Amino acid sequence: MRKLISGNEAIAQGAWEAGVVFAAGYPGTPSTEVLENLARYEEIDAHWSTNEKVAFDEGVGAALGGARTMVTMKHVGLNVAADSFMVFPYAGTNAGFVTLVADDPGMYSSQNEQDSRYFAKMAKVPVLEPADAAEAKEMIKTAFELSEQFQTPVMFRITTRLAHTRGVVEPDERTEAPRKEFSRKVSQYAIPVYARFRRPELEQKLESLRQYAEEFEGNVEEEGDPQIGVVTHGIPYQYVKEVAPEATVFKLGMTYPLPQKRLTEFCARFETVFVIEESEGFIQQEMASFGILNVIGKERFTNIGELSTDLIAAGLKGTTTPTDLSQETTILPRPPVMCPGCAHRGVFSTLKKMGVLVTGDIGCYTLGCLPPFQAMHTTFCMGASIGNATGFNRAGEDQVVGVIGDSTFLHGGVPSLLSAVYNQVPTTMILLDNGTTGMTGQQQHPGTGHTLKGGEAPAVNYEELIRSLGVEHVKVIDPWDLEATETAIESALSHPGPAVVIAQRACTLLPEEKAKTRVAYRVENDECIVCEECMDMGCPALVWEDGFPYVREWECVGCSLCGQICVVDAIQPVEEM
Amino acid sequence: MAVTNVLIAGVGGQGAVLVSELLAQAALSAGNDVKQGEFHGVAQRGGAVFSHVRYGDRVYSPVARQGEVDYLLALEKLEALRYAHFLRPDGTIIVNDHKVEPIRTGDERPYPDDAIEFLQGKGFKVLAAKATEMAIEMGNHRAANVVLLGALSGLIDIPLEVWESTLERLPERILALNQQAFAAGRQL
Repeated sequence: MRKLISGNEAIAQGAWEAGVVFAAGYPGTPSTEVLENLARYEEIDAHWSTNEKVAFDEGVGAALGGARTMVTMKHVGLNVAADSFMVFPYAGTNAGFVTLVADDPGMYSSQNEQDSRYFAKMAKVPVLEPADAAEAKEMIKTAFELSEQFQTPVMFRITTRLAHTRGVVEPDERTEAPRKEFSRKVSQYAIPVYARFRRPELEQKLESLRQYAEEFEGNVEEEGDPQIGVVTHGIPYQYVKEVAPEATVFKLGMTYPLPQKRLTEFCARFETVFVIEESEGFIQQEMASFGILNVIGKERFTNIGELSTDLIAAGLKGTTTPTDLSQETTILPRPPVMCPGCAHRGVFSTLKKMGVLVTGDIGCYTLGCLPPFQAMHTTFCMGASIGNATGFNRAGEDQVVGVIGDSTFLHGGVPSLLSAVYNQVPTTMILLDNGTTGMTGQQQHPGTGHTLKGGEAPAVNYEELIRSLGVEHVKVIDPWDLEATETAIESALSHPGPAVVIAQRACTLLPEEKAKTRVAYRVENDECIVCEECMDMGCPALVWEDGFPYVREWECVGCSLCGQICVVDAIQPVEEM
Repeated sequence: MAVTNVLIAGVGGQGAVLVSELLAQAALSAGNDVKQGEFHGVAQRGGAVFSHVRYGDRVYSPVARQGEVDYLLALEKLEALRYAHFLRPDGTIIVNDHKVEPIRTGDERPYPDDAIEFLQGKGFKVLAAKATEMAIEMGNHRAANVVLLGALSGLIDIPLEVWESTLERLPERILALNQQAFAAGRQL
């Protein structure tokens, strides 16, 4: 039966059909739903790992152990896994091993743009790229066959648009992949000792993959107008078909290594060929290395942001598209905000008041750098906050706080805190423990007490963990209590050694939190002096109406922060009024 | 059949994605090729969300071009303004006559209360409905999205029985409310 499913769901469906047995990953938009959907199949052992490198290493073990394996991550997750990603190809895999990497051109939910295909080239690993959900489901099966045929890990690269677009898919049955025996061949798997012997073999394997690319069925030439030639791949293929249905198109399903002979012959037929690809000019540069130079690519179709039908129409046909109406009317920005009752609000309201320097990290709380708080001054990548705070401290800044979420702390923060302890730097850290991986949609992690498949699990005790690292000053507070929050941060900052404040309060979007009965707050207009302090809490449940702040009671979860901030106690719980 | 393009816009938490999924499912059940995808930013709620639904004989791009959208379904007035340039010049806007003031960002300009009149003045066909008020009367403000979907259903070529069976895919606890909301919207 035809189903309407997202690219991410289709990949999980295809991997299940391909007989995948083990899957691991770390949440990261836009890749998250692949593993979440893999976990729904009882035949697949899927779990969240503490970070992407751990997931990759677990995957390597599973694939060598003979189980078809998939690991999932976003582009910046591959940076974390890069050490393993670069070395594993020297050994080669036993059972099929596919790394699903989701790039985010346009940075809808990422700190940078990266074209992961460069990583694949550096590691000498083949790359497959599907163009929609239906193709993704079939191509993932090809990826496993390719992996086993050449004993190579395979990169399956998607982008946000493919991941999050639903399309029509026809599900098939699962074909079991029997477990493959592992032979203890030290000369193949103990890489540092034998790498120099493996190195030429890796090159030979790449040469075989180049031959494979010439015959690969996913590299398709679609005949059309003999005057208009386009080389494209993935989602941009869809845009090209829309803008120039008449064109002769070479659609690449395998973008590394490229079919040099076929591309050379194809391009020789045209005066100029358009190379239209998402992110960097990777295909274009490879083609240039083959001596194919009658090409227009990134000089016309930008490498900044996400491509679109409109951008390609402009580049191919010179068409213009309507601009928005902001010149004629008021289109106020509507940036994402912390939810009503968000546990982070109390911490950032306090940090703003204290005026300290804040090094931040990756999570919903990164919103702390935006109005109304603007109380986060640096943010780079997973786990960076603590090391950054230690560094600022060494430069002479003593009023600095590193702020990190629970999932991020376990992912990449623990070694940084240990470094501060070891080097006796008085780093101050706030652990925002909201009991979930919030930003990516409430995933489980080693601190939540549950697994991806819904089972019970031991939950990290943060206070014990942090004390065991050697931090002597640890204080647990509820960030819905502004006074306690401020006192704890002040005391941590004045402590002569490393100090940690654990701000503990569950994410309000967790089902068990949503189910709680809440007492909403209300503004008593007679008491209100219209100082607007409460409005600076940036709460979506508190709006400006008819000259007064007004609590939208159906959105209020009763966190009481607006009431605590009110200097005349004009905001009170509804039942007490 | 040519491709029909619908853009659904709202504020995070208003149910723009649910409406998109229902429309896409109905279009599929009616025998179409369909692509549907949403754009959303980093956080879970509160920001602007928009979603494209495209259906017809064969759909390539998941995203409609600016200036070719047939119907804009806006769950909030400011969001109608934000995406109106996606519409073709004679396109139709189904808009919830409802205001969600954005969080203060330092932009001191007042909220555009005249959004609906402005869009009418641009030559678009505008169907404005107090969908949130209607939904509150039915017992839950969240059903405003399906009121507007009901209004859209009367304008596009998907049979009523397909809509009815599509709505039945909703969870039992919200089914009756949404059926009521859909029916009320269809009469607008």
